[in-house]
Amino acid sequence: MDWQTINLSLKLATATLIVLLPLAIGVGYGLAVTRWRAKPWIEGLLALPLVLPPTVIGFYLMIAMGGQSWLGQWYERLAGSTLAFSFNGLVVASVIFNIPFAVQPIQRAFEGIAPDIREAAQCCGLTFRQAFTRIELPLAWPGILSAAVMSFAHTLGEFGVVLMVGGNIPGETKTVAIAIYDRAQAFDLAAAGSMSLMLLAISLVTIAVSYGYVERLMRRRRA
Amino acid sequence: MSIELELRHDGPVLDLTATLPAGEITALLGPSGSGKTSILRAIAGLLRLDHERVKVGGEIWSDSARNQHLPARLRQVGFVSQNYALFPHLTVLGNVETALLALPPNERRERARNCLDLAQIAGLDDRFPRELSGGQKQRVALARAIAREPRVLLLDEPFSAVDRTTRKQLYVELLCLHERIAATMVLVTHDLDEAAQLASHLCLVQDGRLLQAGPAREVLARPRSEAAARLLDMANFFDGNLEAADGPRAVLRWGPHVLRARHPGPVLGTARWSIAPGNVLLVRPDKPWSGHLENPVDATVAELIPLGSEALVWLTPEGLPDLRLQMRLPLRALTRFPLRPEQVVTVCLRGADLVIFADGVQLRRPASTDI
Repeated sequence: MDWQTINLSLKLATATLIVLLPLAIGVGYGLAVTRWRAKPWIEGLLALPLVLPPTVIGFYLMIAMGGQSWLGQWYERLAGSTLAFSFNGLVVASVIFNIPFAVQPIQRAFEGIAPDIREAAQCCGLTFRQAFTRIELPLAWPGILSAAVMSFAHTLGEFGVVLMVGGNIPGETKTVAIAIYDRAQAFDLAAAGSMSLMLLAISLVTIAVSYGYVERLMRRRRA
Repeated sequence: MSIELELRHDGPVLDLTATLPAGEITALLGPSGSGKTSILRAIAGLLRLDHERVKVGGEIWSDSARNQHLPARLRQVGFVSQNYALFPHLTVLGNVETALLALPPNERRERARNCLDLAQIAGLDDRFPRELSGGQKQRVALARAIAREPRVLLLDEPFSAVDRTTRKQLYVELLCLHERIAATMVLVTHDLDEAAQLASHLCLVQDGRLLQAGPAREVLARPRSEAAARLLDMANFFDGNLEAADGPRAVLRWGPHVLRARHPGPVLGTARWSIAPGNVLLVRPDKPWSGHLENPVDATVAELIPLGSEALVWLTPEGLPDLRLQMRLPLRALTRFPLRPEQVVTVCLRGADLVIFADGVQLRRPASTDI
């Protein structure tokens, strides 16, 4: 079992969540409570990672992070190393390809809050911040939790984008999904199998536990 | 605090100017979709209209002409919506405390408990909204609404989701609460009985427009237009002729019948008039009335339908075979004096109960100017 790759995948998934979740909460809330003409285009843009092949997203991200792009040059000046083929580059890529998995459940959760609940908060004299932290966030919590779990599990298993942007650098960009591919190519089926089983178990347990918790929470609120 | 309202909006149309008296319960009565809830939401600051001016006790809450709009959270309003809108993740006490965040935590808890006492829902502090009945939810919503000591308490069909028995009990509790907190209350309802029992002031609203406003007793007794009368569940609408006016009295000719009525204004001519079915009085032949009857009309019973504790009787007035006059009688009256179709009876249409609609009178030229 290649624990280094498993650790790297868990580290990548955690870092992705830390960056993505606050962003997704802000964007999801904004999309849920506003109505403007360009909204379908924004929603479409955010959903692109669901329909585009990972290699296409990976290709564009690789170009965007490369030494020829302004982003790549800016990062190189700042950090002294390239963004592409680095762990930080993987985090950026992972945040981008997980956007629909995080934003959509959060947006639906905020949309599910009845307008009269929001109006009641206003009539109770709550400021925007008070209403958001005391009413909106707790009510949207099941959606936020689903978004976190989906993004975490998806990051653990992502292959195409990670390969395009990060390559296969042990300890830096070689995640468990890459390692499985690597081992299978080398006909080390035992190692590939054990790592696949481990990934399957982590993903299944995470999703099943969170689904059970969310369902219990929703049932308690509906009852 | 009286509420002065000027609200105009295109699509859905709202066109209303009214003053709601201070310290009283005003009912906005109208059919579903007539714009009552929009009026309430405009007062609360939850709805922006094309033109709006809301003035409460001398303080302007919104004035679109001056681009002035006080946010809902800064208006001293309590709002109870149709579905109560309790925060489902908070307990009963938590719901009320949320309206008191401006206070220190200790004071907040004590005040929240006082409000729950006032709304008669003490002892359920730790329950969640899902664990409450409809009536209990309504009381919690009321406790939360009064927590900030509002100048205006807005109630949007608050009794629609509770059963009849609970509703009656809640009526009494609301009236007691009104006496204790002395806030100006605005109640939205489409239930005439509810409005009549709770409100001292009535605004009749239809299609976003104000049909009539005034003290409840006056509006209920004398609707000014046919639309207002229909909203008040009056069923008998007829054309007559205002023949002569003598001071406050007028003579209304209705086919062969001459009815003495109150004069609606300085006009004579064809007049639309009405009488509530409950005000059509059946004259018992066994009583020695002699000539004391006011506006007696002979009629034939056309149809009789028992409906709950009362009976609806349709009568064909003598000399007016195409018309039907509806009369409402308690069923017990029928056991003492049974009626059957084709029976000829005498009914009494008292002048004070005849409503002649001012907008239904067409001015007739004086005879001297006739060509």
